[in-house]
Amino acid sequence: MSNVCEEYDVVVVGAGHAGCEAALAGARLGLSTIMFTVSVDSIALMPCNPNIGGSSKGHLVREIDALGGEMGKNIDKTFIQSKMLNVSKGPAVHSLRAQADKQDYTKEMRNVLENTENLVIRQAEVSEIMVEEDVIQGVKTFSGAEYKARAVVLCTGTYLKARCIYGDVSNPTGPNGLQAANHLTDSLKVHGIEMFRFKTGTPARVDKRSIDFSKMEEQFGDKKIVPFSFSTNPDDIQKEQVSCWLTYTNEETHKIIRENLDRSPLFSGMIEGTGPRYCPSIEDKVVKFADKNRHQVFIEPEGNYTNEMYLGGMSSSLPEDVQYAMYRTVPGLENVRIVRNAYAIEYDCINPMQLLPTLEFKKIKGLFSGGQFNGSSGYEEAAAQGLLAGINAAMYVKNQEQIVLDRSQAYIGVLVDDLVTKENHEPYRMMTSRAEYRLLLRQDNADLRLSEIGHRIGLVPDKVYNRVCKKQELIFQEIQRLERINIGAGRPVQEFLKNHNSTPLKTGTTLAELIRRPELSYELVGDFDLDRQPLPEDVIEQVNINIKYEGYIKRQLKQVEQYKKLENKRINPNIDYDDISGLRNEARQKLKLCKPLSIGQASRISGVTPADISVLLVYLEQFNYLQNKNLAEFSEL
Amino acid sequence: MYRSETIAAISTAMTNSGIGIIRISGDKAIEIADRIFISVKKDKKIKDMKSHTVHYGNIEDNGKIIDEVLMIVMKAPNTYTREDVIEINCHGGIFVTKKIMELVLKNGARCAEPGEFTKRAFLNGRIDLSQAEAVTDIINAKNIMALDASVSQLKGGISEIIRQQREKIIHHIAFIEAALDDPEHIEMEYYGDELMIVVEEILSVLESLLSTSDNGKLISEGIKTVILGKPNAGKSSLLNRMLREERAIVTDIAGTTRDTLEENINLSEISLNIIDTAGIRETDDIVEKIGVDRAKKTAEEADLIIYVVDTSVPLDENDRDIIELISNKKSIVLLNKSDLECIVSVDEIRILTETEPIIVSAKENTGIQNLEERIKEMFYKGTISFNEEIYITNIRHKQLLKDAADSLKLVKNSIQQLLPEDFYSIDLMNAYELLGEIIGESVSDDLVNEIFSKFCMGK
Repeated sequence: MSNVCEEYDVVVVGAGHAGCEAALAGARLGLSTIMFTVSVDSIALMPCNPNIGGSSKGHLVREIDALGGEMGKNIDKTFIQSKMLNVSKGPAVHSLRAQADKQDYTKEMRNVLENTENLVIRQAEVSEIMVEEDVIQGVKTFSGAEYKARAVVLCTGTYLKARCIYGDVSNPTGPNGLQAANHLTDSLKVHGIEMFRFKTGTPARVDKRSIDFSKMEEQFGDKKIVPFSFSTNPDDIQKEQVSCWLTYTNEETHKIIRENLDRSPLFSGMIEGTGPRYCPSIEDKVVKFADKNRHQVFIEPEGNYTNEMYLGGMSSSLPEDVQYAMYRTVPGLENVRIVRNAYAIEYDCINPMQLLPTLEFKKIKGLFSGGQFNGSSGYEEAAAQGLLAGINAAMYVKNQEQIVLDRSQAYIGVLVDDLVTKENHEPYRMMTSRAEYRLLLRQDNADLRLSEIGHRIGLVPDKVYNRVCKKQELIFQEIQRLERINIGAGRPVQEFLKNHNSTPLKTGTTLAELIRRPELSYELVGDFDLDRQPLPEDVIEQVNINIKYEGYIKRQLKQVEQYKKLENKRINPNIDYDDISGLRNEARQKLKLCKPLSIGQASRISGVTPADISVLLVYLEQFNYLQNKNLAEFSEL
Repeated sequence: MYRSETIAAISTAMTNSGIGIIRISGDKAIEIADRIFISVKKDKKIKDMKSHTVHYGNIEDNGKIIDEVLMIVMKAPNTYTREDVIEINCHGGIFVTKKIMELVLKNGARCAEPGEFTKRAFLNGRIDLSQAEAVTDIINAKNIMALDASVSQLKGGISEIIRQQREKIIHHIAFIEAALDDPEHIEMEYYGDELMIVVEEILSVLESLLSTSDNGKLISEGIKTVILGKPNAGKSSLLNRMLREERAIVTDIAGTTRDTLEENINLSEISLNIIDTAGIRETDDIVEKIGVDRAKKTAEEADLIIYVVDTSVPLDENDRDIIELISNKKSIVLLNKSDLECIVSVDEIRILTETEPIIVSAKENTGIQNLEERIKEMFYKGTISFNEEIYITNIRHKQLLKDAADSLKLVKNSIQQLLPEDFYSIDLMNAYELLGEIIGESVSDDLVNEIFSKFCMGK
């Protein structure tokens, strides 16, 4: 039995952080969009850590915002503590992180979705994709209802064939006991999609009233709160913040864990999925780093209207009784009461090498995907991909050119390129060390980097974009001005330098040169800058950074130039790698699997050597020449 | 990763021929030429010269004249590669040609990869497409050769030293990155001081490698010379004699994987890389047979064979084997043991080997000088040469070592200027990559793996 319910331009499967961004992008770009979820109450759910952002993830949120996504705005509305990390380090690694009120976050996002034109929310489990001649036709739900669509975006997160495990307990549910999606995997396999099985985990939530905070260190938010969204006025969000708390495990904790390792499903082999190395369970940490006699535990509130606290750093899949025993060894948690157990979760995801950098499946036109379904981890990584997949699904429907962000443009570009190019065997997390041009990809300049693209697509309104253009102009002019202003080696200047432990001048110099000194800054040299006009704070920040780190920035720009040359050498996707003599076998296999779109992408595949690239280049020239010749002959006929 | 900057190569054979040509191609070719070339007409600049013209002047390095040269300027597009091309014609000789090449690299070119000029010519549409297959073959063949040269020619101990430095570097990058990713977890106080010590240690190791790189300590460069003869013909005493006479032992190789003994000897400016082999004789003993087979194989790859004949015993099957082996190779025949009664005659050998033998006594140290004269003569006449790839490899390695050292100096600089820690890892990573190129290892996922295996990350 089957029936066609409705027809849409875009179907989004899943309403997590990826699904929300994808659905909003589709609807905001004027397309009729439907978003499926197994539970409308779980829209934009945060089933793990109660925060958004953090090292390099904060960058992603800023980039989502600059492209016209929602995550930054939503956390600005719902945060309860905010902190800029790494402020003592360079500007490239400053990273914003905010504790969210989880309920508010969900509520606010749902509110935005429900008030977006063209967007329909539907509670149902999608069980099949419909494909004809390698083109997506729509989806079918478990009840048999068919929804036709021109494009489909899969954002199923951790729900596919999900299983939650602790000790010898194994529940066939998604996160938080929500219904799993048990049927879609089979349909995907029928259509030739290769699946992986990944694993992740979450710590227990405990009752605030059972914690003795006097034995812990209090962790405050920043005095001056910086918003995530470039559209949020900082003055509007300065508010009272809640604290987090820090405590530590000890030898007693570790002893209990070691004595009960045989009862862990991880070590007994009950869990088959691959877990992330960067987010190890406490038992993993104890085994792998046996020489460490303590590990940090962050106690973080889940929200303003609940007593639940999140035990950051102590995710586990040990049995309930062991969880109790080990948590109660931690100072401050001696009498702790668990509200929700820690558990590990296993789920199906895809091998993302089956995707183009647009996040469209290579094999199935019009089918896109984002988020943990693509083998990533984290809310921010999910949202970033969801946004890109949503934008490109819309571009596909509109028959317009799809967007690819490259490694020199955005962390999102690094994220997607890594996913679709490199073999990945664990949930992928963003890290600043993965971005080779990170001095250029700062969180402070995401608007300058990406607003133009967001505006061109149609997600960033004129008003916002014009503000960015104006900012750009002010920064440029101010730097020019500072490079021009000469400062003589007069007495007041020398006195000033002495007071700031700065080497005295031998001859005159420019203001920019003075700002470049590590111990000085734009603000400090103000006394010698007589023509200075008042500028907005964000402009001053950019002027400072650009002048101070000019040398490094220039070096990276040069590297980007080289990088672009290789990215611009396109590879025709129709070439037959078996036809290329001289490629080593390993390289041939990898290239066939990845089908890179450019020489640059090909060179990043592990197992492809410079010699293989040379062979490929020569072959491509020949191939293109023959193609052109055939075309010429054809037109002569 | 494939790159497309300005490239340079020595395009003449690395013998002591009368002329050496260094060729540069790419956007910066002319700029580089102007930096190192001082025309006889003082103010003349290459960039102002017409295309396809020749200029006379000196190559100078910091005011020091290296050689007087003819500089040929060919501007794009009518050149072999369709890029700007500079050809420096110098007086030849390995030393001068190498020096100029190094200077070109120092001023912004990079060492051409094998077959790269041809590849560029092809990619820029200069070579007919029917030749595409041939170009692929050249690139492949040269790559195999270069890989062989660049990795296998590295002396055993050197790879290990470089590998150790890389390990230290990646460990520190991983520490910095782990701390940046998890700032509430990993403290970085006083880390700059600690890193400074490590960087200085690594720098001093790299600098000591660099300072010995001209003596062939980095790689076995020189004329690959194999001493052959049946057991007891006096091969080893000959080798010892040559070494002692020269007092120019560069090094013996601690090549644990190699079972042949290698020595480096310098005759004037000719460098010999002498390999002593197992004596060749028919044998049923399996272990010895392996040694003999290996000796034969080594001989086949040699640039020069020295065949030592024991004149005190009659020629036998084994000698005929060797004579067969050297018949199409460059060789010198020594009649050893002239101190003993002579059973094998000069004429007999002359006829059998079709060469003029030299009479020596390794024991009494006579005739050794004649041997050396003969080697020099053959070299200067160009009769013998050697695998040029090895010289090129050495230049490339040297450049990579220098660049790696420069990157580490930038790290020092950043520490001294109290720049934030994330800046350190940028230059550390450069050094890591450059050192990796020397030992043929790429970066891939080293860093992420190191972070996760060494530092306990994440909440």
